Amino acid sequence: MKEYDLVIGLEIHAEIDTKTKAFCFCKNEFGALPNTQVCPICLGLPGTLPILNKKAVEKCIIAGLVFGCDINEETIFERKNYFYPDLSKSYQISQFQKPICKNGGIKLKNGKFVRFNRIHLEEDAGKLIHKDDCDETLIDFNRGGVPLIEMVTEPDLSNSNEVIEFLTNLRRILLYSGVSKCIMQEGGLRFDINLSVKEKNTDNLGVRVEMKNLNSFKAVKKAIEYETNRQIKEIESGNQIIQETRAWNDEDEITYGIREKENVNDYRYFPDPDIVPIKISKHDIESIKKNIPETYFDRIIRYKRLGLSDYEIDTLTDEKFIADYFDEVLKYSSNYKEIANWMMTEILRITKEMPNTDIAKLISPESLAYIIDLIITKQLTRNNAKILFEQIINTGKEVKNLIKELDLIGDVNKKDIVDLMGHLINENPNIVKSYKDNPEDIINYCIGRIVKSTNGKAKIEYIMPLIKEILKSKIN
Amino acid sequence: MNLENKSVLELLDLLKAKKISAVELTKYYIDRIKKFNYKNAVLEIFDDALLQAEKCDLIINTKKILPKLIGIPVLIKDNILYKGKISSSGSKMLENYVAEYNSTVVQKLLDEGAIILGRTNMDEFAMGGSCENSAYGPCKNAYDDTKVSGGSSGGSAVAVALDMCAFSLGSDTGGSVRQPASFNGIVGLKPTYGRISRYGLCAFASSLDTVGIFTKDVKDNAFLLSILAGDDKLDGTSKKAKVDSYIDYLSDNINGKKIAIIKEVQELVKKTKYYNIYQKVLNYCQNHGAILTEVSIKNYTKVLPVYYTIAPAEGSSNMGRFDGVKYTSNVKDCKNISEIYSKTRSKFLGKEVKRRIMLGNFVLSSEQYSSYYLKAKNISIMLKKEFEKIFMQNDIVFMPTTYGEAFDIGSKTQDPVSMYIEDMFTVTANIVGIPAISIPIGVGENGLPLGLQVLSAELNEKELYCMANFVFLHRGEI
Repeated sequence: MKEYDLVIGLEIHAEIDTKTKAFCFCKNEFGALPNTQVCPICLGLPGTLPILNKKAVEKCIIAGLVFGCDINEETIFERKNYFYPDLSKSYQISQFQKPICKNGGIKLKNGKFVRFNRIHLEEDAGKLIHKDDCDETLIDFNRGGVPLIEMVTEPDLSNSNEVIEFLTNLRRILLYSGVSKCIMQEGGLRFDINLSVKEKNTDNLGVRVEMKNLNSFKAVKKAIEYETNRQIKEIESGNQIIQETRAWNDEDEITYGIREKENVNDYRYFPDPDIVPIKISKHDIESIKKNIPETYFDRIIRYKRLGLSDYEIDTLTDEKFIADYFDEVLKYSSNYKEIANWMMTEILRITKEMPNTDIAKLISPESLAYIIDLIITKQLTRNNAKILFEQIINTGKEVKNLIKELDLIGDVNKKDIVDLMGHLINENPNIVKSYKDNPEDIINYCIGRIVKSTNGKAKIEYIMPLIKEILKSKIN
Repeated sequence: MNLENKSVLELLDLLKAKKISAVELTKYYIDRIKKFNYKNAVLEIFDDALLQAEKCDLIINTKKILPKLIGIPVLIKDNILYKGKISSSGSKMLENYVAEYNSTVVQKLLDEGAIILGRTNMDEFAMGGSCENSAYGPCKNAYDDTKVSGGSSGGSAVAVALDMCAFSLGSDTGGSVRQPASFNGIVGLKPTYGRISRYGLCAFASSLDTVGIFTKDVKDNAFLLSILAGDDKLDGTSKKAKVDSYIDYLSDNINGKKIAIIKEVQELVKKTKYYNIYQKVLNYCQNHGAILTEVSIKNYTKVLPVYYTIAPAEGSSNMGRFDGVKYTSNVKDCKNISEIYSKTRSKFLGKEVKRRIMLGNFVLSSEQYSSYYLKAKNISIMLKKEFEKIFMQNDIVFMPTTYGEAFDIGSKTQDPVSMYIEDMFTVTANIVGIPAISIPIGVGENGLPLGLQVLSAELNEKELYCMANFVFLHRGEI
């Protein structure tokens, strides 16, 4: 059996996080009723002209800066002409000859540097909605004109693991720099994969197949694996690989051909005469640099210095809002290790249970910090802390009020324990008798009862020796 | 009162002095439009024109400070959008298309109290130089029913020439204002590219399109440009430069003004019967103190191929949106989306528009791009530099507007190239982006009007109006 190498290049589209669309004044927001975020400009009505959103250009420059790209001193927008019902002007405003960013890239853990060819700015198209019950197709133009960055890599990737590592980093870098929200289920981050296989140790490149519009890491991984096997099978059975565009079917987990190379559009690119060329000066770049939020890599370094483990860092930083919440809690408490524990367990759990909820609204960072400090200073037991946490989430009540209301804090002294044990033994004299034969069960039973009757305030490590002492004294 | 052929400024005086009412004036023009209906200059008289006039009269009667164009009836070319009104660009494709918004120029007219009377005939999507490409039939010359009106803004030119409005708006991509102005004996301005906002002008060739002004004299034109020009946040290519009150700079003195004549243009003009009258104008100006210099632009004749590469290229892209899917006319009961596109565009676009789409697609195709579009763009940059050089030494360039008088309807429709050659003198200003005005200077052998073109440096409409006004006022003496 021959061995094969994979050659993979990616094109990634990310919706840019701006208040308004790329070339008009409509809101750039997901989820509105169809065709409510449209205007004559993004609908491409006769006589309308694109007005470039400078913020979108700025964010594209930021993307370039965080990936170490060269920023072109002059950039132009071009028209990509093709007919499709979701494309209101029958051309997409994109960039071809002079993109905003060139070169740059991301380094993988194995040391490989995956190069970008370019990062450019363009507008998104609308969305077709095919109705199941009849033959009609509807068009929603809300997405039409939303700013996108297209990032094109060189064919530097060799397997699906590298691709996933690359994309994971890419997503986080974009997320932390504020360029894109990268919400994949809303189509905010989409991937095209160019893939070919070639026999190991030969220079003959295989025929390239493009897989378009994948929108999850899982799909990317499966599509690469499926397509690799398909192409190898074709080659081994002596067939030619056809240069074509294929789509990914998420349900059947297969790729299928949609367009052969002969049918490829000639997009008739030319500079859009409606948009004057943009000059980007060194000064512009410097002032944009100042506005870049802490980058993903800077965040990692900071967490490492705090002493968090690689695993904790990886988990905490996967979603920026979680890492940001962590940072907020850090402002109120220095017990970062304990905070990290709570983040990894309770906070991650509630974000999964209640997706799309602002954690800070459920429990303020200050409240969580307060609870954690009470644990560390041993004023609050871990059990009670969890009860308190749940109560805050469920009732929305203020932390200090809840502590009082639920009576969760307070000293339990020796006399209290002696009294409580007295009650317990009076109630159930068998305790003393059974203690001799089965000391552990009885101790645990007593601990449980006392913790319960003190509202959890009694700390086990404190009451256990007392209970033993009392029981022993009763036997004698 | 005899209202015939009054200028905008004269009418404003009469209106402000309450010697006439806006309603009277509007009725007068509506009658004129109806009288000359057979010329096919006006496609629609808006049904609220008289209502607009009544409102103006109320303002005139009650307000002390009046908007600059109060009560002045104007006609607009069918490709300039006016909210709530059909704007069909002379095409069946947009036969029932109602504008959703006001173009910037229309908004300015409305803000200044003008009455928008209706819309005028034009070559479909402004592609043409005779108005014969209108889907609604050709517009006839103001002076001779067998001759073309010129185009593409033929309707707007004939409407001013026959006094169907106080002034009108057109659009000029390669001469579409100046050539019909010349054919119908009126004044027509193509301003500096970006001087008047293009927002709401249905695009033909975006890097060349301008909104132009037809008037009965130069003074009106200067007055109107000051109102309509200016930066617009809805047009990224509009110029930020200051807008002067051009009318204040008009004088009767051209002493010391430097006029350049382009040698290569002279050689073309010599071959025409028009040479004499053109030469007389030059002599007259020289006798009044102007300094004439001959300059040379070796590549001058390249202007036509450059224009007929860039304009169809941009036009083909701009026409793409008329696809039968959204707001255009369309063919029903198609099997699939490709059929909607092909059937709709085959049926509702005219022959010349289709020809230019094909041409444009060809020159933009990836294999031809560098031999045609890119080359044309490079030559246009060279031409721009040549003209910049000329205007460093000179104030004005003179050239004819056309090769001669208006030609016979139907005489060139079978031969597109002969039609394209008509644009030899007008496309230059569009390619270079500079302002140019056509003014009447006499009549040719058929007794039909002839125009002279006055060109100036970018944004220097002040100089242009000065010279044009001089020649215009003295045209009787030439």
